[in-house]
Amino acid sequence: MEFEAQLLQQLEIEKDREIINRRPVRIDPARIRRRVWLNNLLQRVFSLSTAFAIAVLAILFYQIISQSIGWLDWQFLSSNLSIFPEKAGIWGAIVGSIGLILIVIPVTIVLGVSTAIYLEEYATEGRLRDFIRINLSNLASVPSVIFGLLGLSLFGRILHLGSSILAGGLTLSLMVLPIIVVSAQEAIRAVPGFLRDGSYAMGASKWTTIWKVVLPIALPGILTGSILSVSRAIGETAPLVVLGIPALIMRVPTSVMDDFTALPIQIYYWTLDSVLTREYANLASATIVVLLLVLFLMNSIAIIIRNKFQKSY
Amino acid sequence: MRQDTNNLPDVVYDVRGLNLWYGETHALKDVNLQILKNHVTAIIGPSGCGKSTFIKTLNRMIENVPGVRTSGEILYHGRDIFDKDLRVEELRTKVGMVFQKPNPFPKSIYENVLYGPKIHGIKNKQLLMEILETSLKASALWDEVKDRLDDNAYGLSGGQQQRLCIARCLAVQPDIILMDEPTSALDPIATSRIEELINRLKKDYTIAIVTHSMQQAARISDRTAYFLLGELVEYDYTERIFSNPRDQRTEDYITGRFG
Repeated sequence: MEFEAQLLQQLEIEKDREIINRRPVRIDPARIRRRVWLNNLLQRVFSLSTAFAIAVLAILFYQIISQSIGWLDWQFLSSNLSIFPEKAGIWGAIVGSIGLILIVIPVTIVLGVSTAIYLEEYATEGRLRDFIRINLSNLASVPSVIFGLLGLSLFGRILHLGSSILAGGLTLSLMVLPIIVVSAQEAIRAVPGFLRDGSYAMGASKWTTIWKVVLPIALPGILTGSILSVSRAIGETAPLVVLGIPALIMRVPTSVMDDFTALPIQIYYWTLDSVLTREYANLASATIVVLLLVLFLMNSIAIIIRNKFQKSY
Repeated sequence: MRQDTNNLPDVVYDVRGLNLWYGETHALKDVNLQILKNHVTAIIGPSGCGKSTFIKTLNRMIENVPGVRTSGEILYHGRDIFDKDLRVEELRTKVGMVFQKPNPFPKSIYENVLYGPKIHGIKNKQLLMEILETSLKASALWDEVKDRLDDNAYGLSGGQQQRLCIARCLAVQPDIILMDEPTSALDPIATSRIEELINRLKKDYTIAIVTHSMQQAARISDRTAYFLLGELVEYDYTERIFSNPRDQRTEDYITGRFG
């Protein structure tokens, strides 16, 4: 009897340790072989997918670079446009693109971050906030042509900005604003609530908490999102075409009210006209190289910022 | 019992008929309780009894939770904290709070301690250094960190981080410190250091501490309040609660019959 009691007690202890199932577990070797085989297969599929993407990119680069060789030189970068391919340069387009960046960055970051702060920190939870959030996400996926049409009617026609750098910059700002808001919202939401509580409990106001605690932590995320959005704006053609940027502008713009051309626009028109004048294809390729270098530079900055400020809690 | 004497100078908080709802859930039911100056008041009870909710109501941090409604009054030195003219920011400079999980900012030790004084406008370098030293000494952290004040607070151990949070709280010279299970994320050694600290701080501060550990309440508190299902079941001198509770439910809890 005593042994039985002891055994029962032992069973109780084992139950506590969650050793309940004492039946031997049989593992089928054939099943393991199948799993390993599946793993190997999938590994190949995944690496092939990656190889495919790299191959496409390599072909693209090869084509562009080989076409631009002999065309991409200092003369090309520093000259104005010309109908003669050997005299043509993209200085005007570079200035135009820089002008666009200088408008897009302040407008989108100020408006975008303010909106994100409002929606995440100030707006009370409810249907209205959800409605705005959902629509911002929807706006972020609206095709860029639509934003071109909006820019054309709002800035071009109603505000009489025509096809100036200002009109172009504001149109592109509208286009990337939802993306910046959404990415800034995510960065702000990622700041843990207990840090905000720590600040509030010290008698800090909402704004003090945002300024001293939330923004310093969210800043890398906000900057990364902003730079990626701005680089998308620089590469965008469609909205500018809709705005009616002239195909050939000889003058380099000197103010934001001047007509202008930009790198993607130039690529677009030269590619169109390459049917008639074959050298235009080379000019387009050389411009693509310049644009790619600019985008590559901006994305690298975004990555550096992200890595430098990344923190864990 | 001092329950029936009102607004004596040694009453820091006088809670009268406090009710609180989270949406439809009635989380605090007609709570009446006085927190006395230079006392350590422990708030105990099983999970979900409303003890954390109660302490977060005292500095109105609970209002950050959406859908919270309250009724009743909480008099802080005779003034209702729900008064429209009262600014919560001002209340919270007098009522410090230490949280369950140590929550220093991802900044240097120096910046953490001086966060409060700086946001409230103290700029004098000498005064700031003085506050830094006294706060860290008062929270028994000075000797461990005095040579690395510029290091990030995240390099400290959990217990050190919690003492840093206490130092951060002390830096604005509050009148009462609310602690919401301050040792539940700490190991026994760090816990006993915090308990020693609470014992020392009692001379200069009033402390209200939520704890899930009855032993802790018995060790450090002068008075204990027992909450159950949003109700204040019993509130008395700690010895009396633990040796001779008047309510059967309190006795069931402290003798470990449930909870």
